[in-house]
Amino acid sequence: MLTKDKTEKRFNLILKVTALFVVALLVVICLTLIVASVPSIRTFGFGFFIGKTWDAASEKFGALPFLVGTLLTSFLALAISIPFSIAISIFLGEYFKEGAISTFLRSSVEVLAGIPSVIFGLWGLFLLMPLVRMIEMQVGVVPHGVGILTASLILSIMVIPFSASIGREVVILVPSDLKEAAYSLGATRFEVIKNIIIPYARSGIFAGLLLALGRAIGETMAVTMLIGNSNFLPTGIFSPANTMASVIANEFAEATGITASSLIYVGLVLFLVTTIVNIIGTYVIKKISLEASKEVT
Amino acid sequence: MEGNQGSRFPLESAQRAQRARGGGSDGFAGGGGDVSPRNRIIKDNIFKGAVILLSFISLLPLLLILYYITRNGIAVINWEFLTQLPRPIGEAGGGIYNAIIGTLFLIVLSSVLSIPFGISAGIYLSEKGEGKMAHIVRLCVVVLQGTPSIVIGIVAYMWVVGPFQGFSALSGGVALSIMMLPVIIKTTEETLKLMPYSLKEASLALGVPYYKTILKVILPTGLSGILTGILLSVARITGETAPLLFTAFGNQFMNYNIFKPMDSLPYRIFYYAMSPYPEWHTFAWGASFILVVVVLGFNLIARGIATKWKVQF
Repeated sequence: MLTKDKTEKRFNLILKVTALFVVALLVVICLTLIVASVPSIRTFGFGFFIGKTWDAASEKFGALPFLVGTLLTSFLALAISIPFSIAISIFLGEYFKEGAISTFLRSSVEVLAGIPSVIFGLWGLFLLMPLVRMIEMQVGVVPHGVGILTASLILSIMVIPFSASIGREVVILVPSDLKEAAYSLGATRFEVIKNIIIPYARSGIFAGLLLALGRAIGETMAVTMLIGNSNFLPTGIFSPANTMASVIANEFAEATGITASSLIYVGLVLFLVTTIVNIIGTYVIKKISLEASKEVT
Repeated sequence: MEGNQGSRFPLESAQRAQRARGGGSDGFAGGGGDVSPRNRIIKDNIFKGAVILLSFISLLPLLLILYYITRNGIAVINWEFLTQLPRPIGEAGGGIYNAIIGTLFLIVLSSVLSIPFGISAGIYLSEKGEGKMAHIVRLCVVVLQGTPSIVIGIVAYMWVVGPFQGFSALSGGVALSIMMLPVIIKTTEETLKLMPYSLKEASLALGVPYYKTILKVILPTGLSGILTGILLSVARITGETAPLLFTAFGNQFMNYNIFKPMDSLPYRIFYYAMSPYPEWHTFAWGASFILVVVVLGFNLIARGIATKWKVQF
């Protein structure tokens, strides 16, 4: 009996230790980033975020170009993806909840989510880049081909699956008695979607967009391959730039000393931003599904 | 009276209302504009058409990507491509054998590192899921899942590459295993929560100790779900490139030593795609084809297992 108790205790201990391990892992990740970026934080402080020059030769580092690049690409990508992801949410959540056509669209979106980032980059390099270059020649700007617009386009394709699948789930959660009430008042389907479903699912759709934003901010490979890698402040949507993730991908392998520390500082900011965005998104979704389950019971 | 009738016969009521008010605003039409039933129906149809159109436009990139990979990829793939090492530029032929083996190596390495922890932490969450501690663990899983892969690459660099004085397969494995962990924990927790409570009760009532109930009854019953989670996490890391850029790095030669740089398919695709040589670009397409087949294969198998085993529950 005694040995059994002992094994029991050991088993519980192992479970607890591994769970604690996950917490410790995150804490240590955080600490690693902070400690490694201390030299850079000490030298540049908060001026890091408003400094416009990134020059390894003269050891002057300011992250503003990357902050602007990240914000521009991710919000532009989100803006491009919104009509598509909302259309898919409504398509799968309201018009075609089941059936062959719904399964086809849903599994296609899943396949899209499963394609590795580097392959998006490769495809973008050989199809999207020439396309953007053509547009740039028409518009009359320097035809780089790569730049913020190209990166945003590829990002928008990559984030559609995330916001669309969450959007679909919240659209399905809309209570049917609300919809029925509207139908019985004579509303058309469009009116039900516009006046009942969208307002009801608004916060869920918002959460889906937030999670997609988190993805877009942290996405590295496809952006690195298509953004043009310029360490200067972007001047427009056609201009080559760098994001926080892409500058790390490009420069970290060869960086030493204060350069490496500054790159890790950028990584720390990236980590904090995505974490905040993701936590808010997850919190909103959890709240919605809790409310929905309350209404059912 | 009028209003009551109106709600039962919406179209007529709208017509009547329009006639009476000379085209006033209707609650459902969102205020303003023409509210004649014909226009509302047209609007309805236009909206439906737009939704369908936009949905299928978003599939266009997917079809194009698959088409390009298949068209450009299959042409490159032959026996030599699969079994030879890369050759320097200018020399014809060669393949990506070391990248294929390297990817398999990295998958095995990171699976070994993450699966035990992931399953154990998943059991913890499903069994003791209510407390404060479980809440914190869950939050950490969410944060870990959302952490950009490039940041995890930095961390693996600091932990392994620095102390061991050089890029290594081990550091790549560490980075990828951190990325696998949240997926495995989440799916294990979800699967075990689905297990019928009577199963545990029956086992405990027979006098089977708690740990044996978990290990011998609950865990095997939930195996399919856990396996699905593992496969999904493997699919996720197989295509990851960012954390490998400065951990496993790349290697033009065959390498079985986990303390040396190791090649992988995604890294090779990146390297070839960014090179200025058209021959290497075709190689990138070939490697992409293999990578997509592998990743989608893992996803398919995972789905297959999930549906096949669910019947037995």
